[in-house]
Amino acid sequence: MRFSENWLRESVNPDLSTEELCHQLTMAGLEVDAVEPVAPEHTGVVIGEILTAEKHPDADKLQVCQVNVGELSAEPLQIVCGAPNARPGIKVACAMIKAVLPGNFKIKKSKLRGVESQGMLCSAKELGLSDDSDGIMELAENAQLGMTLVDYYQLNDNCIELGITPNRSDCLSLEGIARETAVITNSSLKQWQLPEIKQILNDQMDIDLQAPEYCPVYASRIIQGINTEAKTPLWMVEKLRRSDIRSISLMVDITNYVLLEIGQPMHAFDRDEIKGKIIIRLASSGEKITLLDNQEMILSDENLIIADEHGPLALAGIMGGLRGSVTDKTKNIVLESAYFTPELIAGKARQLGLHTDSSHRFERGVSPALQQRAIERATDLIMSFAGGDCGPCVKKESQQHMPVQMKDDFAISFKPDSVKNLLGVDIEDNVVEAMFSALEMNITKNGSNWLVKPPAFRFDIQFEVDLIEEVARLYGYDNLPVSQLYAPIHMQARPEEVIDEHDLSLCLVSRDYQEVINYSFVDPKLQQKIQPDEVLAGAERIDLNNPISEDLSQMRTSLWQGLIKSLLHNQNRQQLRIRLFETGVCFIREPSSKDKGDIKQKNKIAGICCGSVFAEQWGEDKRAVDFFDVKSDVEALLNLGAKSGQFNFVAEKHPSLHPGQSARIYLKDALSEERAIGWIGTLHPELAKQLKVKQSTYLFELSVDDILGAELPKFTPLSKYPEIRRDIAIVVDKSCVSDDLIKTITDSGSNCVIDVLLFDTYTSEAIADDKKSLAIGITLQDATKTLVDEEVDKIIDDILKVLESKHGATLRD
Amino acid sequence: MSDLDQLVSQATEQINQSTSIDAIEQVRIDYLGKKGLITAQMKTLGQLDPKDRAAMGQVINQAKQTIQSQIQEKKEQLQTAVLNAKLASETIDVSLPGRGSKNAGLHPVTRTLQRIEKLFADMGFAVKTGPEIEDDYHNFEALNIPESHPARAMHDTFYFDPHTVLRTHTSPVQVRTMENEKPPLRIIAPGRVYRCDSDLTHTPMFHQVEGLMVDKNVSFADLKGLLDEFLRLFFERDLKVRFRPSYFPFTEPSAETDIECVMCQGKGCRVCSHTGWLEVLGCGMVHPEVFRHSGIDANEYTGLAFGMGVERLAMLRYGINDLRLFYENDMRFLKQFA
Repeated sequence: MRFSENWLRESVNPDLSTEELCHQLTMAGLEVDAVEPVAPEHTGVVIGEILTAEKHPDADKLQVCQVNVGELSAEPLQIVCGAPNARPGIKVACAMIKAVLPGNFKIKKSKLRGVESQGMLCSAKELGLSDDSDGIMELAENAQLGMTLVDYYQLNDNCIELGITPNRSDCLSLEGIARETAVITNSSLKQWQLPEIKQILNDQMDIDLQAPEYCPVYASRIIQGINTEAKTPLWMVEKLRRSDIRSISLMVDITNYVLLEIGQPMHAFDRDEIKGKIIIRLASSGEKITLLDNQEMILSDENLIIADEHGPLALAGIMGGLRGSVTDKTKNIVLESAYFTPELIAGKARQLGLHTDSSHRFERGVSPALQQRAIERATDLIMSFAGGDCGPCVKKESQQHMPVQMKDDFAISFKPDSVKNLLGVDIEDNVVEAMFSALEMNITKNGSNWLVKPPAFRFDIQFEVDLIEEVARLYGYDNLPVSQLYAPIHMQARPEEVIDEHDLSLCLVSRDYQEVINYSFVDPKLQQKIQPDEVLAGAERIDLNNPISEDLSQMRTSLWQGLIKSLLHNQNRQQLRIRLFETGVCFIREPSSKDKGDIKQKNKIAGICCGSVFAEQWGEDKRAVDFFDVKSDVEALLNLGAKSGQFNFVAEKHPSLHPGQSARIYLKDALSEERAIGWIGTLHPELAKQLKVKQSTYLFELSVDDILGAELPKFTPLSKYPEIRRDIAIVVDKSCVSDDLIKTITDSGSNCVIDVLLFDTYTSEAIADDKKSLAIGITLQDATKTLVDEEVDKIIDDILKVLESKHGATLRD
Repeated sequence: MSDLDQLVSQATEQINQSTSIDAIEQVRIDYLGKKGLITAQMKTLGQLDPKDRAAMGQVINQAKQTIQSQIQEKKEQLQTAVLNAKLASETIDVSLPGRGSKNAGLHPVTRTLQRIEKLFADMGFAVKTGPEIEDDYHNFEALNIPESHPARAMHDTFYFDPHTVLRTHTSPVQVRTMENEKPPLRIIAPGRVYRCDSDLTHTPMFHQVEGLMVDKNVSFADLKGLLDEFLRLFFERDLKVRFRPSYFPFTEPSAETDIECVMCQGKGCRVCSHTGWLEVLGCGMVHPEVFRHSGIDANEYTGLAFGMGVERLAMLRYGINDLRLFYENDMRFLKQFA
């Protein structure tokens, strides 16, 4: 809500500077968002009259004017002017020599094409009074010569902009703000007088209130014979302008003015265009209306309309229709002033893509007691500027559908003790009572239980806490006490069999992965490429109904999309070594008995890297990162909770990973069930090319919830007997999976195998093409005795036999 | 000077002239070895008159010991010199950087989130999380924002269908906690939230930390005390904090919390729009309607609630001047918070 400070001060004028006033408003909950002068500063501009305007002898477009500035100059001033509308007889804004216009533009005596000019005639734009400039300003005929423009326009004024919270619709008017200001600053408020209207006609509209549940009050009045030539007075144009409303025509300006002044949205119809009676009804589905802004709306049976016997005239509380609207030829009008319920308007205007000053107020709530006053005020203004005769103000009302707070018996139960309980401060009852009275609340005391009835315009007050907030507001939030919390202290449970999610991030940070955060919605096209249908196992991707843009329109199913985007961003900024990770929720819809399926929201952790394994340095040879570097990072993550042996990397294909360098990761749960928990691999070279990723890139992703489990460590006694290590070199098929070999050795039946280590892999022409050699160290130890050579030989022999029978392994020569 | 004395002084001279362990060893062999000069003297004892033998033996032994100790001393000197030379030759440039990989860092938002979580954890606030795709009941209705409420429009909600939304705040986590746990409650709900708005000062996704405390006799004074303390500790400054009335459907009374501008110390600058104050928090006392929806008796309990934007706090704390930097993930930006 934006308004002129002077306008406010007409009703309530506390002895406070603008700054102090704004501070008090802000601290009372009417937050001042901005305070600006109503126009940029200027000096030396006065009202003049053009006496003569003659063509400049040497310039086609210039005129030489003689300008009378009253007593300021005995002789008329000669001013050269380029505006086509400069002509004798008009009153103009004349910047005299030494005037300073906005932008520090100084006016000096000058010659224009050889003719002396003693000043300048100004346009509204040059004075910062308007954005457009249609020649020089033409002031009213009665403007007083020699008066400064600052005085004429009352420019010593500020625009104050308040951020009104949705509960305070009563402050969406000057009257409301003045009322509030008077209470806050403890100043007197000028009372509004109901104007005396001379009603001489008996004409009135027939009102058919078919939907009283949405429109409990509808008031109207006919005014006939208004002067179509009448202009909006300057003071009103300026007040409207200072509230960011453009002057359009007298009728529109007056309804807008009343809206600003008392907060009641109004509408005016052309009496002669209305056929039969006025009907307030729900639209029938598919009914059409062309609105004032020329757009055609197709209505539903949820839209309330004002109609006549031919059809819709206005979208109730939102915008008028073109048919029946007031034009510059309208002589006879019907004023409308209604109360539409917030429930009706809320959301509807938005659904239709409309938001108007009217809908903004109705959806927050307009006082149901204002309608007739608005009609009287508008009538008074219309008749004083455009004449005409009026009929009676007709008000249709449905008591039964009035908001609950309008009912006579409505009151809120209030216990003064509650103030102390909720605010932590003792405020004396009589102080509280005085606050309520100032806010125009009616109090009935019944011992320590008060019944408080708020005024009609405060329908945000519904509960006792709302009253307490009023007390707090007037007491001043800053004056309320500050206390230290007292509560029993408890330790928080720290389960040892669950690892802290945060440790996952720290683990990756310590392995040189930088955390990134991407939006949870991604580009569906990119997502389709990186996580095509086949990886979703029948689940669906989830689309937003109202995305910000097409490339942020689908919920991510994996963190890889964002990570690749981040990688590209950095790659395109000359970064060669990139190591990033992210944690966050991924979303899919799984098919279920419900028609829409179940939305699954899974927390994941994922990483991406490319470039050299270490940052360039003197201490290590340069080597590009590879699958096994990344695998070790993933193992480090898994090892926070799980023990090696509980997880498995199984060669499986993923459409966005290199088919020979990808693995699915499985983890055994407490019941030894294997569960797929993630992927690791090299970004598929074809996909890399399409995405313009320049280097070999590695990716991994794990489901966070699946890796948070940890076992409570359990002690086993240490063996006193020595360990013995034997190394074997075996030859197996290239396709043989080393993990399986290790598992065979571990499970070979001897309890004495305490560690198996693969320490070398080797291929060469010396062994067959399809074979590879593996060197494995086996550490043996017995819990009860020292192993002798024969026993060790026997165990190793047995292991070799199993390796041969299971994997066709032979000892290397 | 006897022969023996001469022998000793000759040995001394040779010892002094020795410059290596090998040379000194040679001196030892020459004098004290099996065929050494002193050993030879010893061997002459047998030919002496037995009554002179003891005295003479003592003299020779004296000489032997003198030489021996000189050799030992010289040897140690030489060994020390050798060791020192070796150590000197092994000197490295300790200013060279350490080998291998370095640490990276957390995102500034995570860093800030954790800082906030830790401060509240010390006060016994437990961290709670919840779904990001929410139903409209938990995101709105249970928070006293019915369908017709204008506040719904202000939330710029992302919809999947009319009843499924991306949560616009982390308050639904508070509702879910109140549904499942009995007071007293002390929780914070950190997390991602979404609003359909994107410009210089808004990103469609951002982070919030909301807090809730429900107990008997919790008052607005407690709320002021709690947030006052939090803000001073978060910014590690004794800054001015002010509370002013505002409106949220889920709290009553509601307040906005401003801090003295951390950029200009309240003098007025571009960041605080020349007001000297920065709005950093929304808060209030839990609305009885919210308690009613969650099955908590509003006659028995009161509650305080607050919510803050993590990006905003991070920007103020670290002097970041562009919100959009948080989600570009430029490593040159992120590295500054490692």
